[in-house]
Amino acid sequence: MALKDLVDPAASGPLARSRSFWFALHLDPILLLLLLILVSGGLFVLYSGADRNIEVVKAQGIRLGVAFVVMLVFAQLDPAVFRRWAPWLYAAGLVALAAVLVVGVGAKGAQRWLALPGLPRFQPSEIMKLVVPMMAAWYLSRHFLPPRLSQVAVGLAIVLVPMVMIIQQPDLGTSLLVGMAGLFVVFFAGMSWKLIAAFVAMASVSAPLMWFFVMREYQKQRVLTLLDPQSDPLGAGWNIIQSKTAIGSGGIDGKGWLQGTQSHLEFLPESHTDFIVAVLAEEFGFVGMLVLLAVYFLIILRCLYIAATAQDSFSRLLAGALTMTFFIYIFVNVGMVSGLLPVVGVPLPLISYGGTSGVTLMAAFGVLMSIHTHRRMISA
Amino acid sequence: MPWGEFKDTAAERRLFQRRTVVMLVFVILMLGGLLGRMYQLQVVEHDIYTTISDKNRVQVQSVPPPRGLIYDRNGKLLAENRPVFSVTLVPERVDGMDETLSRLGGILDISAQDLERFHRRLQEPRRPFQEIPLRYDLTEQEIARLAVHRHELPGVEVEAELVRYYPHSELTAHVLGYVGRINREELQRIDPVNYAGTNYIGKSGVERFYEDTLHGRVGYQHVETNARGRTLRVLERENPVPGEDLELHLDLRLQQRAHELLDGRRGAVIAIEPKTGGILALASVPGFDTNKFVTGISVDDYRALSQSKDKPLFNRALRGQYPPGSVLKPMLAIAALDSGVTTRDRTIWDPGYFQLKEGGRRYRDWKRSGHGWVDLKDAIAESCDVYFYETAVEMGVDTMSGYLSSFGYGEDAALDVSGALSGLLPSREWKRAMRNEPWYPGDSVNLGIGQGFMLATPLQMATATALIANRGTWIEPRLLRDVIGDDSVEDVLPDETHEPLKLKNPDDWEYVVESMAEVMHGTKGTARRAGSDAPYRMAGKTGTAQVFSLAEDEEYDAEEIRERLRDHALFVGFAPVEDPQIVVSVIVENGGSGSGTAAPVARALFDAWLLEFSESSGSGLVSQATGGLD
Repeated sequence: MALKDLVDPAASGPLARSRSFWFALHLDPILLLLLLILVSGGLFVLYSGADRNIEVVKAQGIRLGVAFVVMLVFAQLDPAVFRRWAPWLYAAGLVALAAVLVVGVGAKGAQRWLALPGLPRFQPSEIMKLVVPMMAAWYLSRHFLPPRLSQVAVGLAIVLVPMVMIIQQPDLGTSLLVGMAGLFVVFFAGMSWKLIAAFVAMASVSAPLMWFFVMREYQKQRVLTLLDPQSDPLGAGWNIIQSKTAIGSGGIDGKGWLQGTQSHLEFLPESHTDFIVAVLAEEFGFVGMLVLLAVYFLIILRCLYIAATAQDSFSRLLAGALTMTFFIYIFVNVGMVSGLLPVVGVPLPLISYGGTSGVTLMAAFGVLMSIHTHRRMISA
Repeated sequence: MPWGEFKDTAAERRLFQRRTVVMLVFVILMLGGLLGRMYQLQVVEHDIYTTISDKNRVQVQSVPPPRGLIYDRNGKLLAENRPVFSVTLVPERVDGMDETLSRLGGILDISAQDLERFHRRLQEPRRPFQEIPLRYDLTEQEIARLAVHRHELPGVEVEAELVRYYPHSELTAHVLGYVGRINREELQRIDPVNYAGTNYIGKSGVERFYEDTLHGRVGYQHVETNARGRTLRVLERENPVPGEDLELHLDLRLQQRAHELLDGRRGAVIAIEPKTGGILALASVPGFDTNKFVTGISVDDYRALSQSKDKPLFNRALRGQYPPGSVLKPMLAIAALDSGVTTRDRTIWDPGYFQLKEGGRRYRDWKRSGHGWVDLKDAIAESCDVYFYETAVEMGVDTMSGYLSSFGYGEDAALDVSGALSGLLPSREWKRAMRNEPWYPGDSVNLGIGQGFMLATPLQMATATALIANRGTWIEPRLLRDVIGDDSVEDVLPDETHEPLKLKNPDDWEYVVESMAEVMHGTKGTARRAGSDAPYRMAGKTGTAQVFSLAEDEEYDAEEIRERLRDHALFVGFAPVEDPQIVVSVIVENGGSGSGTAAPVARALFDAWLLEFSESSGSGLVSQATGGLD
């Protein structure tokens, strides 16, 4: 306690006492409050998106409860533990991803799950969303920053290997998020702007090559559908036309909770999973979207603050990358539902029903809280 | 340790914080972009998407009008609508047709016939999202079982539908006709708006002729539906205008009696009320069950009907074209008298045959020994062929053809009888056009006894007889007696077109009527057995129509000829003579002689109409005396 008081410039009075209380629990009250607001508001939207099915809400409540416990556990671990374990976790993750490709189980033509005897079924790619940025941060923070070109190359390789393996499943959405998590580490580490510009240029050149050699037929179809949903209004274009209709018909103040016709009359597909933001937009209108994005923005702002005030490079890189991954979730999902991006299986974080992504996300927030609350005395 | 405070330089920290600011700006820009997109969709383009959203959920459905009912003259229901629950499929909404059908087969009893009919309909052109019935007449248990599984079977619906039902279908088959599913050609013809919700259309008979009156006007409702097309609630409704009910002149009792009298035979009966032209009975035996046709008859059932030797689908009364034989003689007698070819006093000697010239072909009389000296009345009463051979040659084809045409031969004179044929009234021009041959005097000889080229339907024979019963006043036969609805009979019944047949000496009508009375009551009348012991006087004429021609001197032996090759027995007549209430024409196919087979049928119908039914119907003899009318 005394140490903390010394570290904190405002370490006196009742504020300091309450602060030490939260530090003892290794929780950040501001972040926790924002997350609780988001999650509880999300359950109301889910009740409507699931067409008043209370069982869905209960199941989601239990899942979020588990996720909060996971967050609590991660928050108790010292960031040094993550750092020490990063290479081993990364190696285990790669083995698991390889195993998925060989003996994985799944549905709809994709193998994503690993069912090991004695363990619950899990998705190795989901864990990699945490492990890949940890590994990249571990590697880059061992050296002086900004990294040299060779170090950047190794950092990118750390990201690309699992990414390619996840694409093989195939799971474009997760691979994208894993890749972004790793790339943000490299970016925060201080990769030079020239290099970034070169990479952006390379990416634009290689986009056509991706189109012809890497992308699968259904993925191309999704891009084409985005450009012209009316070409197949009852097939591939249906989702995007219906979600845009739901959003647009919501207007400024929405149709009212449980009053959305697009979702309740089943025109909007996946209305309680990937497309749930359309339900919110339809029922709460532009005002509702403004509030949602504001809550998300405050969470990101708090997380970036935690990252900026973290004490060591590993913590900073990890915290920054996890925050930006969270943002990518939001941007890709809302962009997809509103017809700005092609349809990719990315849920709206902490609101969409199901999936293991909620647990992973809360684990990431746990890591952030751990970074924020495990402080050492520094000799300035 | 390379990590920790040791390596944590201020430079690294500042580098990270610069990058964090860049990211913060990036996040603000991107979130701003998303908000901008929301603004575009929700504020700028809000109206567009509201319209699309409403179009999604609000559907305009057409509400079919209930079809008008059909009653007989005594208010007996002949055609009604019954609610029938059927299971239907919307192919556009079904995922996996074969699987759905096999699952339904486990829930319901679906016969091979149902499946065959369903697959046939699946191939036919139809409106998008129009349902196709799979099975009709579900039981309550089946509806309940289906309700349990309904959510697993998208595109499968239970529909309550009003389906036409004919309680006396066998009796009324050839009068009412039937309704059936709208087919490809009818789809081209009908008003697509008014028939938007209608699945059935009149295919024949009254159902076809009065289709417009019976159908009514379509109604609309705006309903809220979900994405699977299930109706959730009605938002707005404009009710349909039901079809109008029709009352026919038909008397179900007489119709039934006619069927009973012809039971086991093939034949037809037409009974007309001469004062109104109302068709009291229109029977073609055997009939068939029209209810089978409403929802779509199976191939096997249809084959059984269409290949039956008795031809139950053939409407003998309207479409059976027979040589009229001797029943044409009263009309030819009018022609001969009015054209001045013969007189009442004229007598001729009938040796049993007629020759155009000495030594020429002998046209035989049905009575080989001949009738001796006969005048016109005897010629009708005894059905003397030779008298008519001679007058026919004297009149020539033009005169005969002209008079017969005035009696309605060679045309469909009925006002509202759907599908009636015109028969064949030969003329000089017809023979030139069709056979490229001149009209020979021998052709006139044959026409003189209603044989040769001449063909007439039982309805035409009844119509011509009614003209005699009415003494020249034309009243076209008709079925419609009253419209129970906004329209009146005059609105929907076609106009009468025939001028009365005026004779130079109108008394000639009475003369011919009396001659026909002799047929029934005279000592030598051909139908005197059928006319005996009646409390009223009747007029009639027997006839036989040859199924095949006999050679000149060939012996005719009905016993030896197979039943199907026997002559058709014909009879026309009316009663009572003085104030005709009923005109009847009867044909019994292969019945042998008109006097033996057809005349008793007519007598039974006269008795039924004038004696048996009159007390209740009020149109018979008894009530006539008291002036009672309905």
